[in-house]
Amino acid sequence: MTEFLQPIHAFGNDTFGVLWPVVWNLACIMIVVGPMLGAVAYLTYVERRVIAFMHVRVGPNRVGPIGLLQPIADAVKLMFKETLIPIHSRPMIFLIGPILTMGPALLAWAVIPFQPEMVIADLNIGVLYVLAISSIGAYGVLMGGWASNTRYSLLGGIRSSAQMISYEVSMGFTIIPVVMLSGSLNLSTIVEAQKNMWFVIPLFPMFVVYFISVVAETNRAPFDLPEAESELVSGFMTEYSALTYGMFFLGEYANMILVSALGSVLFLGGWLPPIAALDFIPGILWLAIKMSFLLFVFLWIRATFPRYRYDQLMRLGWKVFLPLSLFWIFVTGSAIHLLNLL
Amino acid sequence: MLGVKFKEILDSLFLKELVSGMAITLRYMFKPKITIQYPEERTPTSPRFRGVHVLRKYEDGEERCVACKLCEAICPAQAIYIEIDETSRAEKRLTKVYDIDLFKCIYCGLCEEACPVEAIVMGPYLDVAFENREDRFYHKDKMLTNGDKWKPVVDARLQADAKYR
Repeated sequence: MTEFLQPIHAFGNDTFGVLWPVVWNLACIMIVVGPMLGAVAYLTYVERRVIAFMHVRVGPNRVGPIGLLQPIADAVKLMFKETLIPIHSRPMIFLIGPILTMGPALLAWAVIPFQPEMVIADLNIGVLYVLAISSIGAYGVLMGGWASNTRYSLLGGIRSSAQMISYEVSMGFTIIPVVMLSGSLNLSTIVEAQKNMWFVIPLFPMFVVYFISVVAETNRAPFDLPEAESELVSGFMTEYSALTYGMFFLGEYANMILVSALGSVLFLGGWLPPIAALDFIPGILWLAIKMSFLLFVFLWIRATFPRYRYDQLMRLGWKVFLPLSLFWIFVTGSAIHLLNLL
Repeated sequence: MLGVKFKEILDSLFLKELVSGMAITLRYMFKPKITIQYPEERTPTSPRFRGVHVLRKYEDGEERCVACKLCEAICPAQAIYIEIDETSRAEKRLTKVYDIDLFKCIYCGLCEEACPVEAIVMGPYLDVAFENREDRFYHKDKMLTNGDKWKPVVDARLQADAKYR
C-alpha cells in the first residue's frame, strides 16, 4: 500500500505544494463517499428484491435488465417532485433535520478501516468517534418532528428519538467487551486483535444484542416505529416530501451500511479472512462480504417479523438488553482477570 | 413444572422461535414465484368472461346487426349509441353509427343478452388503455375488426356457454 501511494504523493506534492494534504484528503473522502451513495441507492433495490423473493413475489424487474435501473428511476422521480415546506414551520430547522440524519451516517466512515492502512483518519479513539457521531442522528429526527409544527410529527419525533437513544445505550455497552478484549479504541487495532479468534466467538451474545440494537437504532423493521403509519401518520416525517423525505431514507440506509461495517469490524474480524489460507483475497473484499451478509440479515429480519409495540420496544431495550450487556461486561472482565488475557 | 419453565427460558434466551421463523422465510426465498407478469402472461379466463365488445359477421361476411336498437334500449349505463343507415335495403336494415362509450360501459353483458341475432358479443380481452379521451369510443368498424380478429375465441366461448342459455 505504501509503495503504491509513494508516486501519487510525490506527484501531488509537486503539483499542489502545501495544499496537497487538503486535496488528498478530499480525494479520499470522495473515494469513500461516492461508492457509499451508490451502495445506498442499490441497497433499496436489493431490499425490494430480497423481500419480494421471501414473499414469493418478483419485485421490481421492469426498469432496465432485471430492474437494475430502478434506483436511478426512483432518484429522478424524487428529485423532480416539489419540496413542500409547511407554512408555520421553521424552514431552516425543517431543512437541517434531514441533513442531520444523513450527514453523520456519512461522517462516521472516516474511521472505518477497509484494509490495513486503508482508512481516512486512523483515530486512536475511533470507537468513541463513531458513537459520538452516530448519536447526532437523533437530533435530525427530533428537529424534523419539531419544525414541522404538527402534533403528530412532534410526538413521532419525541418517540423516535427516545427509541434511538435507548438503543444507543445498549449498543454502546455491547462494544465495551470488545474494547476490553482488544485493549484499544482504535478500530484498526481492534481488527488486528482478532487475528487469532474473531470476537463473535467469545462474545456471541453481545454480537446478537449489538445486532438487534442497531436494527432498532437504524429504525428498521421490526423496530420501525418512527414510520408508524397506523397511529401517527408516519411520525416525524409526515410533512416531508420529495428530496427532504428522500434524505431521511438515504440516511436510514446509509446508517444500515455503517452499522454493518462497524459490526464486521468489531465482531467479525473486519478485513481478516476466516482462515489464514484465504489471505490472497484482498481484505476490502472480505469486509464487503461480511457487510453484505449483515445487510442481508437486516432485510431478512424485515421480511420475517411483525412490528413491535412501543412499550415492548422500550422494555426490551432497558430491561433486557441493558442488564444483559452489563452482565456480559462483568463476565468478560472476570474472564480477562482469571485467565490473564491482557 | 419447573422443567417446562426452564425450557421456556432457554427457548427465549436462544431466540428459538425467531430463528425458526427466519428459516421459513429463507426457505421461501428460493421457491418458484407465483407472480403473473401481466401484459406478457395472463391468467386463464372463463368462457363467460366479459371483455370489450365485438360485432360479429355471418360466415359470408355479411353484418349480423340489424339495427333493432334492443341493446341500446337495455343498456343500463346508456353507453351504446346507434344511428340507422337510411340507405340500407328494406329487408335488412344496417347501422350507420354504432358507438360504445367504454367510460360509461359497466360490462354487465345485457347488450349481449338482448341481441336477437348474436351480433354484439363480449370479447375475450379487457385491455382498454387510451392515450386520449376520444379513443374511449369504440366505433363500428373497430368492433367489426375486433370480431374478425378474435373470431375463433369468441365462437368457442359462445359454444361453451350455449347449453346454459
